[in-house]
Amino acid sequence: MSGFPGAGQKGTRFLLGLLPILLLLILYLIVAADRNAINPNDKILPLPSAMGEAMWGLAFERDRLSGRYLFWADTAASLYRLGIGLAIATLSALVIGLLLGGLRSIRATFGPLVTGIAVIPPIALLPILFITFGLGETAKVALIVIGITPFMVRDIAAYVAALPREQIVKAQTLGASTWQLLLRVALPQAMPRLIQALRLSLGPAWVFLISAEAIASDIGLGYRIFLVRRYLAMDVILPYVAWIAILAASIDFLLAWASRRLFAWAHGEGQ
Amino acid sequence: MSAALQLRDVWVEYGDKVVLERVDLDIEEGAFVSIVGPSGAGKSSLLKLVLGQTSPSRGAISLGGVPLKPQCTPDRGVVFQRYSVFPHLTVLGNTLFGLECETAPLMGRLFGRRRRAALQEAREMLEAVGLENALDLYPGQMSGGMQQRLAIAQALIKRPRILLLDEPFGALDPGIRGDMHTLITRLWREYRLTIIMVTHDIREAFGLGTRVLALDKVRIDPHAPDRYGATVVYDLPLDRKIAAEAERAKARPECEDTGPDDAESADGGITIDKIHNN
Repeated sequence: MSGFPGAGQKGTRFLLGLLPILLLLILYLIVAADRNAINPNDKILPLPSAMGEAMWGLAFERDRLSGRYLFWADTAASLYRLGIGLAIATLSALVIGLLLGGLRSIRATFGPLVTGIAVIPPIALLPILFITFGLGETAKVALIVIGITPFMVRDIAAYVAALPREQIVKAQTLGASTWQLLLRVALPQAMPRLIQALRLSLGPAWVFLISAEAIASDIGLGYRIFLVRRYLAMDVILPYVAWIAILAASIDFLLAWASRRLFAWAHGEGQ
Repeated sequence: MSAALQLRDVWVEYGDKVVLERVDLDIEEGAFVSIVGPSGAGKSSLLKLVLGQTSPSRGAISLGGVPLKPQCTPDRGVVFQRYSVFPHLTVLGNTLFGLECETAPLMGRLFGRRRRAALQEAREMLEAVGLENALDLYPGQMSGGMQQRLAIAQALIKRPRILLLDEPFGALDPGIRGDMHTLITRLWREYRLTIIMVTHDIREAFGLGTRVLALDKVRIDPHAPDRYGATVVYDLPLDRKIAAEAERAKARPECEDTGPDDAESADGGITIDKIHNN
C-alpha cells in the first residue's frame, strides 16, 4: 500500500478510518433518541433496540408463511445471483477483452459493437430481459452481466492493447506465436487488471441486483427492502442496508487480498 | 569471415517521408557493429528493418544468404532500453520463456524431463550473466542493470544469429554501465555473437564495437526536410581492435578469462586513433 507521507502505521490508519463511521453512528443515535423522546412510536429513525428486535425476528425465527429464516434466505438468494452474474461477466470480460485487445482484426470488427452496447443504460434493457427470460433468476443475472461486462471488456481490451510494443516484439523474437502471446504474455498480465476491474464493477453490480429484485422477485435483499418500505419499516431497511454495505466491503477486501496474494509482482511487493 | 547480414540498396519510406535511402551493408559473422547518429537519422528504423518489424520499401535484406522475412523470428535476438523483460515472470521464468515457446506450442509450458533440461540450460545462461542468485526475483524487484542482464540472458538462450541492442545501457548509471560493457564484451567473445548495437554514446560505440557506422542525411532540402533520407555516412572498421581480437582468439582458443581492464583501456587508444585517421 502506498500513500502520502504521514499516512502512519497500519493500526493507526485502521483506527483513523473507523473514526468518521463512529461519529456518524453517534450522530444518528443522538437524533434518533431525540425523536423518540418526543414520539415513542417514531418509525423513521428507529433506535438500535427496535432494529435488533425486528432483525431477530427475521434472522432467528421461521417465517410463518414460508417456514424460512428470511434474512438468511434473502442473503443467500442475493449472493447467488450476484455471484453467478459476476462470474459470467468476469470470464467473458477476460476472453473478449484479450481477443479485442490482442488481435487487431477482432478489434476492428467488434470494437464498435462493444462500444455501442456499453453506452446503453442497462436498466433500459430490463423490460426486454423480463420479456425474454421471464421473471425468474435468469433475467436478474442477465441484468448484472449486461450491466458490468461492457465496462470490464473495454478496460481489459485497452490494457492489453497498451502492453509495451517492445514486450511483444521481444516475445516474438523468443519464438512466441500469436496464441502463445495471448496465453503467456497478455493473459497473465491482464489478470490483476481484471480483478481491479471487477472491484470497480461491484458497485454497479449491486445496483443492478437490487433494481432487478425490487421490480420482480419473491426473495432477496433488494426485494425485502422494497417490500417493507410499504410499512415505513426503517427498523428493517437500515440494518439491511448496513448488511449490504458489509457484504460489498467484504467482497472488495477479499478481491484485493487475493490479487496481492496471487499477483504479488503487480503490486510491487517484496522489494 | 562470411557476411551474416546483407542489405542491398535498402530504402524505408512512409508516404512522402524518406527515412533511409541507399543503404548498402555487409555485416560479417562475429562482428560487433555500433550504430551512431543524430536523433531522427534512422538508427531505430535500421534496427526495426533487421528485426523484421518493418519491411523495406525498396531493396533486399538477407540473413545468412536467405531473404529476410518481415516478421520477428527467433534467429534475431533483441534487447531494448526498457520493457525487454516480462514483469509477471520470475528471472528463471523469463529465461525459460524462449525454450517453452519452442517446444510447447500449445500450452507454452514444459513438464517432467524436458522441463528439467530447460531449467538446467536457463540456470547456466543466468550464471553467465551473473544472475545466479536472483532466480526467483520478479523484474520489479531488480535494478535496471539486473533487468538488462536478464534481457540479455533471455535473448541469448535462443542462440540468435544476430543480437540487436537498442540503446541497451542508455538508462543505466555510469558505474553499472561499465559493468554491462564488460559483460557484453565477454558474452560476445564466449558465444561468438554477431551484435548490432544502436547507441547515443560515442565512447560506448567505439569502446565496444569492432566497426562503427554513422547514419546521417547526406542531402538536405530545407523546404522539405523529409524529402531525403539518412544513409551510412561513415563506416569505420576498427582494424587494430579486430586484429587484437583475432590475436586473442589464437592465443586462448577456449574458455579465456577476460579481465575487464584490458578491453576498456585498449579501446580508448583505438578510438582516438581511428577518428584522426578518417
